[in-house]
Amino acid sequence: MNALSIRNLRKTYNNGFEALKGIDLDVAEGDFFALLGPNGAGKSTAIGIISSLVNSTSGQVNIFGHDLKTDRSKAKCYLGVVPQEVNFNQFDTVKSIVFNQAGYYGIPRKRALERTEICLKQMDLWDKRDTISRRLSGGMKRRVMIARAMVHEPKLLILDEPTAGVDIEIRRSMWKMMQELNDNGTTIILTTHYLEEAESLCRNIAIIDQGNIVENTDMASLLTRLHVDHFVLDLAEPLLNIPIIAGYQLESITNKVLNVTVPKEIGLNALFNELSALNIRVVSLKNKSNRLEQLFMDLIDSASEGNHK
Amino acid sequence: MNVLIPLRTIIVKEIVRFVRIWPQTLLPPAITTALYFLIFGKLIGSRLGTVEGQSYMDYIVPGIILMSVISHSYANVVSSFYSTKFQRNIEELLVAPVPNWIILAGYISGGVIRGLLVGIVVTLISLLFTEIAVQNIFIALSIAVLTAILFALAGFINAILAESFDDISIIPNFVLTPLSYLGGVFYSVGMLPDIWQTISKLNPILYMVNTFRYGLIGVTDVNIELAFLITTGFIVIEVFFSLLMLHKGIGIKN
Repeated sequence: MNALSIRNLRKTYNNGFEALKGIDLDVAEGDFFALLGPNGAGKSTAIGIISSLVNSTSGQVNIFGHDLKTDRSKAKCYLGVVPQEVNFNQFDTVKSIVFNQAGYYGIPRKRALERTEICLKQMDLWDKRDTISRRLSGGMKRRVMIARAMVHEPKLLILDEPTAGVDIEIRRSMWKMMQELNDNGTTIILTTHYLEEAESLCRNIAIIDQGNIVENTDMASLLTRLHVDHFVLDLAEPLLNIPIIAGYQLESITNKVLNVTVPKEIGLNALFNELSALNIRVVSLKNKSNRLEQLFMDLIDSASEGNHK
Repeated sequence: MNVLIPLRTIIVKEIVRFVRIWPQTLLPPAITTALYFLIFGKLIGSRLGTVEGQSYMDYIVPGIILMSVISHSYANVVSSFYSTKFQRNIEELLVAPVPNWIILAGYISGGVIRGLLVGIVVTLISLLFTEIAVQNIFIALSIAVLTAILFALAGFINAILAESFDDISIIPNFVLTPLSYLGGVFYSVGMLPDIWQTISKLNPILYMVNTFRYGLIGVTDVNIELAFLITTGFIVIEVFFSLLMLHKGIGIKN
């Protein structure tokens, strides 16, 4: 069964702006799904409609087989949403934020207290349960929102840029937490601007641009479409001139660091042979982790070219 | 889903909110009305003689109690719901399977409870200055509850339509306060010239104040049945508009 199924979803705002131009999307149960797109592409509108925060103009949204318009209550019970920005009452305690959300889902008091404790412990926030939420750090506030979204045990969790603006340590711990949730059976839809995050966490991906889905596939086959790889070479001695090697594109980052674009069909051996012949010694090499970024930019560029034609 | 659970959650959250800030919500009406009773009732009122056969103090007590109920039931909902909108925690309710009528009933109940609680505080203060021999407790209570509902709903509509904090102070300052003061709190409309009597009868608060006064001290300038009809009619219209706006997402959805 699909956790989420969207058919011909359209949204035109009152000012005439067409944010969604009839998108179709399926997310399978248990998936870890990335929804990517540049700012203003329509992904926030799509998430807003799925979360009942934005009214659609037309189209259909099904959550675990329940239509969001005709079977709203059941559809909503399957869904948890972690928004981009903090949207809880910052004068409430951590515990009351999560506990009240359980109440909104009709969970009886005893069970709501149990679930609140479980979710806060899961998010490592139990010690902060009586803290007024505005006194929490940015990372903790995000974890409060995740605990709140999980309190009614949703089967589908939407995380809208959950790691935006948090430091690398918190980001890594949140990745681990998201992975654990997914391993435990929660379907996750993730939007992020950190493409490295989508690449390492998600199995499937859709890219939305200018109100259309421009790509919808699995991550592995998307990445195999890359024709080039990017490497960074650290050199033993500084270079006076950048060597010209047929088939490769070399750029200097500093006089001892080179950025090399390597076509996949050629590979690295020929490059090292040429560098050795030129007496250039390479100390170390690392892969630039921008594979998805490259594809993303290619897809967005080709989509906007298509629109301009 | 048992809809009573989200309803109870909203109501408890609202009560906790206004009790937590009791120096802003429950204490000021006690001080303000004590001053009203002292200055208008005792000091000035003792020199004014009687109104409709009642001492001036006894005459103004019901109006001042109801005026407090009106302003606090309104203020509770308008400030709470607008803050919920402003901080975007309305999204907590919108993503959850809470029916619109439960959202409305929850916030209105919060406003009514605060309004009536303030009414009780003011009544207790008034007992320091005079004695009230209640004439018809049923009429007094029912019009107080209906009035609180009516103004809590008005606060809700104001909060939905408001786009800034300025917008939630315009109605109380420029509509509610003048209508309350001109609603026969401090005088009988019979004391006014004919033209002003006619104009005053267009003010719905006049009917509520006089009906409450009738319940407490047995004196009124208006027809009691008409007063209940007007109050109930306003409530029905407000409920309809509130639910319509929630359904369309006006002011709360993008």
